Amino acid sequence: MMADTPSSTTPKGTTRDRTAPKGPGWRFNWVGRIGLVIILFWGLVALVGPAFAPYPPGEIVDWDYFGPVTGKFWMGTDYLGRDILSRILMGARYTVGIALAGVTLACSLGVILGMMAAVAGGWFDMILSRLLDAFNGIPSLLFGLVVVAAVGSSIPVLVLTLAAIYMPGSYRFARALAVNVNTMDFVTVARARGESTPYLILREILPNILGPVLADLGLRFVFIVLVLSGLSFLGLGVQPPNADWGALVRENIEGLSLGAPAVIFPSIAIASLTISVNMFIDNLPSKIRDRSE
Amino acid sequence: MTDPLVTVENLVIGATTDAGRHVEIIKGVSFEIAPGEIVALIGESGSGKTTIALSLMGHARSGCRIEGGRIRLDRSEITAMTEAERARLRGTEVSYVPQSAAAAFNPSKRIMDQVIEISAIHALMPRAEAEAKAVELFRALALPEPEVIGARYPHQVSGGQLQRLSAAMALIGDPKLVIFDEPTTALDVTTQIEVLRAFKSVMQQGGISGVYVSHDLAVVAQIADRIIVLRGGEVQEVGGTEQILKAPQHPYTRDLLAAFEPVPHQPLSAAEAAAGILRPKPVLKVQDLCAGYGHVSKGEPRAKVLKNVSFTLERGRNLGVIGESGSGKSTLARAIAGILPPYRGTALFDGTELRPDLRNRSKEQLRRLQIVFQLADTALNPNHSIGSILARPLTFYEGLRGKAREARVIELLDMVHLPASLRHRLPGELSGGQKQRVNLARALAASPELILCDEITSALDTVVAAAILELLKELQRELNLSYMFISHDLSTVEAICDDVLVMYKGAVVEALPAARMSREAQHPYSRLLISSVPQLDTGWLTGLEQDPELVAQFARR
Repeated sequence: MMADTPSSTTPKGTTRDRTAPKGPGWRFNWVGRIGLVIILFWGLVALVGPAFAPYPPGEIVDWDYFGPVTGKFWMGTDYLGRDILSRILMGARYTVGIALAGVTLACSLGVILGMMAAVAGGWFDMILSRLLDAFNGIPSLLFGLVVVAAVGSSIPVLVLTLAAIYMPGSYRFARALAVNVNTMDFVTVARARGESTPYLILREILPNILGPVLADLGLRFVFIVLVLSGLSFLGLGVQPPNADWGALVRENIEGLSLGAPAVIFPSIAIASLTISVNMFIDNLPSKIRDRSE
Repeated sequence: MTDPLVTVENLVIGATTDAGRHVEIIKGVSFEIAPGEIVALIGESGSGKTTIALSLMGHARSGCRIEGGRIRLDRSEITAMTEAERARLRGTEVSYVPQSAAAAFNPSKRIMDQVIEISAIHALMPRAEAEAKAVELFRALALPEPEVIGARYPHQVSGGQLQRLSAAMALIGDPKLVIFDEPTTALDVTTQIEVLRAFKSVMQQGGISGVYVSHDLAVVAQIADRIIVLRGGEVQEVGGTEQILKAPQHPYTRDLLAAFEPVPHQPLSAAEAAAGILRPKPVLKVQDLCAGYGHVSKGEPRAKVLKNVSFTLERGRNLGVIGESGSGKSTLARAIAGILPPYRGTALFDGTELRPDLRNRSKEQLRRLQIVFQLADTALNPNHSIGSILARPLTFYEGLRGKAREARVIELLDMVHLPASLRHRLPGELSGGQKQRVNLARALAASPELILCDEITSALDTVVAAAILELLKELQRELNLSYMFISHDLSTVEAICDDVLVMYKGAVVEALPAARMSREAQHPYSRLLISSVPQLDTGWLTGLEQDPELVAQFARR
């Protein structure tokens, strides 16, 4: 603190290796890495998994229902005698894909609107905030039910519905953070320089709220997976014969009393995805996580 | 000679950083305090003065640890005690007056309950007796309405009163030693006098020893018997107050004193002024400027801050704006910069009118008028490297890119005496003074003609601030700049300005030439303000006489 002469910077400069990456760096701990590996694994499964499915997912391949784990059916069979492994591989595409699309849409829209509201303030902020607050008051499953009942269930409808349900929360979160950053002098300096709103939002504010926003995104991803499963459980999600993981749990729920693998494995799939996303988000590289501190 | 009240021997305090590195904050400090003596710990931020003061209570801030040496207070070995034993000592043997009284009081409890809390915790006396004693202390500390002030809540008294009340809180348990941690730093100068006087008289009457932590030599000179000069956790010099002020031995002490005596500002010479004649119009002319905050109705905001401010700033000259907190100095800068659009009045920049709202101003106008803020910590985006912070105005105003921009960034860093390698760093990796230089370099990147400096040296240590002032003068000579320099510190303004505006409650009460400020001030408020600035003279406070009517009229004690 006390040194102000240029020469005082050299000792600090030499202890820091110039070739090494600056700042806290991109390294992160093994918990985060495990999380990332599982996420990447499911992402890969969503992309290429169905090609490796041993049986067509909709075909009844076994005469027995709720069959046990065997060499022929690695994860048993479901209530109609369909191969669970094939159905999980196919369901990954729906669960991971819809949830990812939904959360990306919800968070990017919410964060951008939130930052705009914080920077613009005044009427824009007031109207948008009240509107989205009102929207927040609608129960999410009820909203999904009404929309799906009105326009029918299809993947774009599901993605948009889920995004609409989670956007207001993301908006609120980002706005609260951005309002704090907005009062900082560096934003005032940029404004006094004559910078436009997009510059203020993207260059001055976004980097300072990125850490918490990403953590929020991870949380919302998990919520979306759960709501999607919930919608499927009610029969409003992905329509038969296709099924996402939530639907797999629902259709095989009677097998629970029989201890059937058909209900266990989809549950494990949901749990592993949501938990690994949280593990990853909680252990983000310090370079991202510590930005706003 | 009597035994010293406090003995500190070879005190070592260490801390472990977030990176797991062990650092020594205090490196073997020894001193003694005699009964009834007030010793000042002086040094810049990071010198360890507060850490030492807290250790006298056996307290180390979280992360820090007393690792060696011994502290003895009267008959108690503080370093050998358990935490429970130390807790019994605090409030009765040694007590603490914090820097910010506003933060030290619980806003939801009455003052009296908080002042007598110590007597309740240690079960010293019955409540009625404690309250009577508190009222006595209020009277000794010259607080108004001592009988009833205790019934108020902390927000119902002024900042100076609250600071004196926190002293009453510290004194209620009859401690032998009171630790003052920069108790007047956050106060206005006119308020500071009253608080210092109260502290001094109450300490003398009780014969209490004190430790006074401060970075301000002039304040310390009024209250301390001895001064300990600290730097980097080591004692640089110990001496009587007179000796330290008149005959400092250590070079660092001399630096501190030199920084306190600013080189008077030399106006631009005739030849340099001639360059300005090419453009004879004043760089900034403000007429009847009014600005305020809050809901706007009928074209006027609810809270009016600036009231008809007018002044003229000639090219190549510097204008100082002084006043106490709440006088509207910063609002004036924000109104001129258009960050807070004024609702009435005009500002002419180089003869052309500036639109009230900066969004309606041309890029060229924005470029020529730059503003620099007080806190470099918040004025630099923590996520942008120094290079990109400086590069942005270059791209924005001049469209510079690539190599040319890089070269200009290095040139700018050189202008503010920073090495070029610094451009790869983040603001968090720089010291306070370096950050303020970058903050200044960013304004220079726009090649401005006028820079509004809003308290830019206030958060810096004396020596660092003096270096920044030197830099400002140097840049002015090289780049033919004009400054509008806002400060509450009169000596800073004297060091750099040609003319001074004195502001009080949003209005300019007087305009003066800076060099003859103290002699020519006419307005009673200016006179009060100027006479309230502590001098480097041990007898200043005792000899100071101020017109009580004047004080009652203008000072918000």
